[in-house]
Amino acid sequence: MTAAVHLQDVVKRYGSVTAIHGVSLTIADNEFFTLLGPSGCGKTTLLRMIAGFEVVTAGEIRLFGDDIARLDPNHRPVNTVFQHYALFPHMSVIDNVAFGLKMQGLDLAARRTRAGRMLEMVHLSHFADRMPAQLSGGQQQRVALARALAPAPKVLLLDEPLSALDLKLRQAMRVELKTLQQETGITFIFVTHDQEEALTMSDRIAVMSEGRVQQVGSARDIYETPDNRFVADFIGETNLLEVDVHSVTDGRASMTLPGGHPLTCPSASATPGRHALSIRPERVTIAATGELKATVDRVVYLGTDLQVLSRLADGSPFTIRLQNAARTTIPEAGATIGLHLEEGAARLLAD
Amino acid sequence: MAGGDDSWRPLARPLLIPIWVVIGVFSLLPVLLMAVYSFLTKEFRGGVEWDFTLAAYDQFFVTRGLFGDEPAQIEWTYITIFWRSIWQALICTALCLLIGFPTAWFIATRPAQSRGIWLFLITIPYWVNLLIRTVSLKFLIRDNGPLNEGLMALGLINDPLPLVNTNLAVQLGLFYSYLPFMVLPIYAAVERYNFALSEAAADLYASRWTTLREIVLPVVKPGLIAGCILVFVPALGAFLAPDLLGGAKTFMIGSLIDEQFKGSQGNWPFGAAASMILMTLVLIVLVFYARAASREGAA
Repeated sequence: MTAAVHLQDVVKRYGSVTAIHGVSLTIADNEFFTLLGPSGCGKTTLLRMIAGFEVVTAGEIRLFGDDIARLDPNHRPVNTVFQHYALFPHMSVIDNVAFGLKMQGLDLAARRTRAGRMLEMVHLSHFADRMPAQLSGGQQQRVALARALAPAPKVLLLDEPLSALDLKLRQAMRVELKTLQQETGITFIFVTHDQEEALTMSDRIAVMSEGRVQQVGSARDIYETPDNRFVADFIGETNLLEVDVHSVTDGRASMTLPGGHPLTCPSASATPGRHALSIRPERVTIAATGELKATVDRVVYLGTDLQVLSRLADGSPFTIRLQNAARTTIPEAGATIGLHLEEGAARLLAD
Repeated sequence: MAGGDDSWRPLARPLLIPIWVVIGVFSLLPVLLMAVYSFLTKEFRGGVEWDFTLAAYDQFFVTRGLFGDEPAQIEWTYITIFWRSIWQALICTALCLLIGFPTAWFIATRPAQSRGIWLFLITIPYWVNLLIRTVSLKFLIRDNGPLNEGLMALGLINDPLPLVNTNLAVQLGLFYSYLPFMVLPIYAAVERYNFALSEAAADLYASRWTTLREIVLPVVKPGLIAGCILVFVPALGAFLAPDLLGGAKTFMIGSLIDEQFKGSQGNWPFGAAASMILMTLVLIVLVFYARAASREGAA
């Protein structure tokens, strides 16, 4: 099957500054694909190159097999939902939604019907004749969505569409977006810096940093088996420890933790030497029998969870997350506790 | 009421008095004076006699022959001058719009730090008196001026182009005088324009031309209209350019009014009446604009 979007060695330079260093990605038809990364990582530039607002310096962008990298945006069968909506302020809601259809040459009756259906889909039918300025942020967002979906694009591009909304609305829109994507069957390429957004909606996520794709995978892949230090650190909360790997045998690496505690963990490709080890705070339990010792600094109450901030023998900070269940015993500040690492809790990272 | 301090309210009216004085003395009073003068009788060597009459308006619109003994007919002389003025002002506005919009667009899309320099360049000529600039323009385009000499030296023409004393010369003068009044308001509107709207239009399959027509122009329209009013109104009443660059055939209202208040040949009531008619015309244009704007605002 042909990929919906295929990027091959895409490079973007602004003068002497390289914003995108040869990115290659394959996005399947019908996929909810997210570009995730901190601001300035190149995710928006990449999206804008797919839309055609930025010209690629080198490389190919294929849309269902056709190279579109050098087409003007108005000749690309993709549509965009803009970060700040970019609704046409002088047009009513229905005219905004119908604009793309008008440009495609549909007659007035057909435009009104389809735009009306789009507004129904985003629950805004009774706002059809309002002006954009008369709508709330969330409503404007849904108009922008209806406008971009109306011409039935092959791929929908979303540029941080939820970032301007408040938390409750953002959470509601996440569910709505995901449902919409499944119902329409359109490939979504979603740009965000919000990892929670990425993890909850995406089929696959590309984590980006400094103009490069660091890792591509499902939410579970990138959270549980991060490829490198950046991904482990950027996604969720983690304890990054510097370790010395002595030997690797049968796919298991033996190492020494800071403070001298020995540990083995599965690793396919590690080489002896100094490496970063990631241990997720929620994969650690406090047990009297635990051989790895730590001293509790402080316990932070988070409602559903408790965060135990502690230090290992050599002083490196180490965080543990406990569920706030009835049976949980809360350690006291200053106490020495034993830590038990579940199998697979620790992951050796490439730099 | 929660928290509001209303103790200043009794002071609101007295505090507004200075504004009313300014508006009254500098705006309303001169217009009122002009309105009254237009109904008075002309005195020789300028000035007026306090005799109420419609003679000035009669002179403007009606003729009874050279000796005043023929049946009343429409006097076309002044209506023609008005019509020519309106036509010249319209052409000037259209030209300024045609040149001013791309200019304003160009400036507004430069990097923020160089915009100031461009705006400065646009306004530089305004540091020189309008009279001087208009006279310079005349020197530039006269028969043995640099323009004609240059064209002849290049062999493009054999005889100098007769530019001075033509409608074209007046038009050039008007265009040159009022172009910045078009550029500045459009610049202000384009500078606020959200270029993501153009991207959105392109994203929805609009060509550049369609984007300009359907999105850019409607969104910056207030700037375009402000520019058109700022050019049309003074161009309509202009008298320097037609006086210095034009001739008898290019006479405009501004010059007509100007003459009525000069020396012993003047006729103050007639000049006042012509001013009132001009002002009425301008007001009609503005009222139409205001109604169109409020209709749009309500939609």
